[in-house]
Amino acid sequence: MTGSPNWYEIIMTGIAERLDKYRSFKLFLDICVRWGACADKCHFYIGSGDPKNMPVLRAELLRSIYRRDFTTAGKLFGKFAGGRKLTPLIIKEWFYYFYQCTECRRCSVFCPYGIDTAEITIMARELLNLIGCQIDWIITPVANCYQTGNHLGIQPHAFKEILDFLLDDIETNTGVKMEPTFNRKGAEILFLTPSGDVFADPGIYTAMGYMILFHYLDLDYTWSTYASEGGNFGFFTSHEMMKRLNSKMYAEAKRLGVKWILGGECGHMWRVINQYMGTMNEPADFLEVPKSPITGTVFDNASQIKMVHIAQFTADLIKNNKLNLDKSRNDYLKVTWHDSCNTSRGMGFLEEPRYVLKNVVNNFYEMPPNTIREQTFCCGSGSGLNAGENMDIRLRGGLPRANAVKHVHDKHGVNCLGCICAIDRAVLTASMDFWVPGVRVAGLHELVANALVLEGENERTTNLRGEEIADLMEENEE
Amino acid sequence: MALIDLLTKKKSVIVSRWFDAVLESYPQETATFMKSQKNRFANPVGCTLAKEVEDVYSALLKGSGDTEITPFLDNIVRIRAVQDFSASAAVSFVFLLKRVVRQELGKEIKQNDLTDELLAFESQVDKLALLSFDIYMSCREKIYEIRVNEARSNVHMLLRKAKLICDDPDSDSEVG
Ligand code: SF4
Ligand code: SF4
Repeated sequence: MTGSPNWYEIIMTGIAERLDKYRSFKLFLDICVRWGACADKCHFYIGSGDPKNMPVLRAELLRSIYRRDFTTAGKLFGKFAGGRKLTPLIIKEWFYYFYQCTECRRCSVFCPYGIDTAEITIMARELLNLIGCQIDWIITPVANCYQTGNHLGIQPHAFKEILDFLLDDIETNTGVKMEPTFNRKGAEILFLTPSGDVFADPGIYTAMGYMILFHYLDLDYTWSTYASEGGNFGFFTSHEMMKRLNSKMYAEAKRLGVKWILGGECGHMWRVINQYMGTMNEPADFLEVPKSPITGTVFDNASQIKMVHIAQFTADLIKNNKLNLDKSRNDYLKVTWHDSCNTSRGMGFLEEPRYVLKNVVNNFYEMPPNTIREQTFCCGSGSGLNAGENMDIRLRGGLPRANAVKHVHDKHGVNCLGCICAIDRAVLTASMDFWVPGVRVAGLHELVANALVLEGENERTTNLRGEEIADLMEENEE
Repeated sequence: MALIDLLTKKKSVIVSRWFDAVLESYPQETATFMKSQKNRFANPVGCTLAKEVEDVYSALLKGSGDTEITPFLDNIVRIRAVQDFSASAAVSFVFLLKRVVRQELGKEIKQNDLTDELLAFESQVDKLALLSFDIYMSCREKIYEIRVNEARSNVHMLLRKAKLICDDPDSDSEVG
């Protein structure tokens, strides 16, 4: 606590300001009746067995301070009203437990009052941030995204060179040369995706998938090397930072003069856009309501944000018979679907990805109902927890998800876990490696592109990972 | 009556006591949850522990070898290796079986003069503990391996750009 000698005042003023500014915060602190319908629904509690990971007790870490100093009963009766005085030990406890919440909102599905513990975590982290308690894995990417444009701080020329590598790989594996454009003014569409798709394995195969699809459609789109991060790391920091990073994407759309934005497979980018942007930044009036140039479909649902998720875009293409797909190329895969918290619970994206998936693979198996859709289990590493030093926490938090994957792996021989979130692609790979070896993680558009029949393509004997399809088919038959 | 007959006859009570004893390593409210929630997707830890202590016990009675018993122990140890336990606490659940057997069968063992058989049985249990420790170590090693792999995967394209990994997928060799 030596860094901020007046840490106590900073936190107290911080709480007061936020109670005033966010009615949801006050409401969630006030109305919990603590009977614990949420208690056993958090993946961190289920995996760790530590009661302070019960959502109700996690929130109580902050609520108890609120109760003592900000409610009448608390001021009169102190600890008899369940209040606690804020001490350095409590700050440590906050740091430990609010960084064991991935803000996934699973608990809110079960709370009869709809209390969203994720919102309380967001506030607690914001408060901790005020006194300089933050984790490097979040704050460095935030700075990089703000100053350079993506979480690793890769400069524009290097960003382009890396995509050139991926284009070379596409050519090797499909026989087709593609030439996307960068920072092109006057393009119809700006394409934004989490930069993990560009830098990280296995996200890169999804990035190849996007470029293959756009080439197939001859889409008038551009990448941006300045807004080269779709993921909003500000979301894990503070509302103010989330707002700034969100506005950057739109500033770039304005600068380039595009009509609308197409977004890649990302989770928290979508949660920010759908849940917060409306009350955070100005409406994007300078853009047009997105309209697919291929099918003519107008995405009225995006009339305010002017941004379409690629799963939705592709589902519309398939529905309108615009894609020539050969599903059998994915026959070596037995796929199950992970509903990423932010896209499924956060924005109700349940059918679109499944619709696309069923059109590009023949073998699809759902996990048990209480582990998917609205009730999906978090990967265990979201909201900035995906640093390697958190691996133990991540693995226990990821256990309920992995346990359901293991079930379909044992029962149906599932060997592929599909998802539409860049963090998931990275972290579920680690989780599978530990809990269910033999299951690979793939983005939706990697699977789409492997099935997509391109004009002028080669024999397509390899997939986008450069693996021989015949070998994989054989392995799968054994 | 031989010890094996007693162990077989009292199987369900011994297994259930052993499970309870294992749950004592968790806070009380968690133990209650792990015991009462029977849906294995809502309660993977409790359900796995319950199932696997029974599997291990049955395998012991059958005189199964290490290869057969390892997968059962693995399912338990893999979980405890990532929970907040020290190495000794993570594998201590094995020894609890000795305590339970002595508590449950102590009287009969004395009456039937089965002490030698008990000692033999207990050495079997000790062997399980050693096996569990090996599994624990391999889990921990796996975690470090995953951390290294992940650190590389996250910057895969940067390593490639910096020519620190090879472009040619047919070659495993790496420079740098
Ligand atoms: S939001 Fe998710 S991680 Fe946080 S307490 Fe609720 S269930 Fe747990
Ligand atoms: S279910 Fe809702 S009201 Fe009940 S303890 Fe949890 S947060 Fe509080």
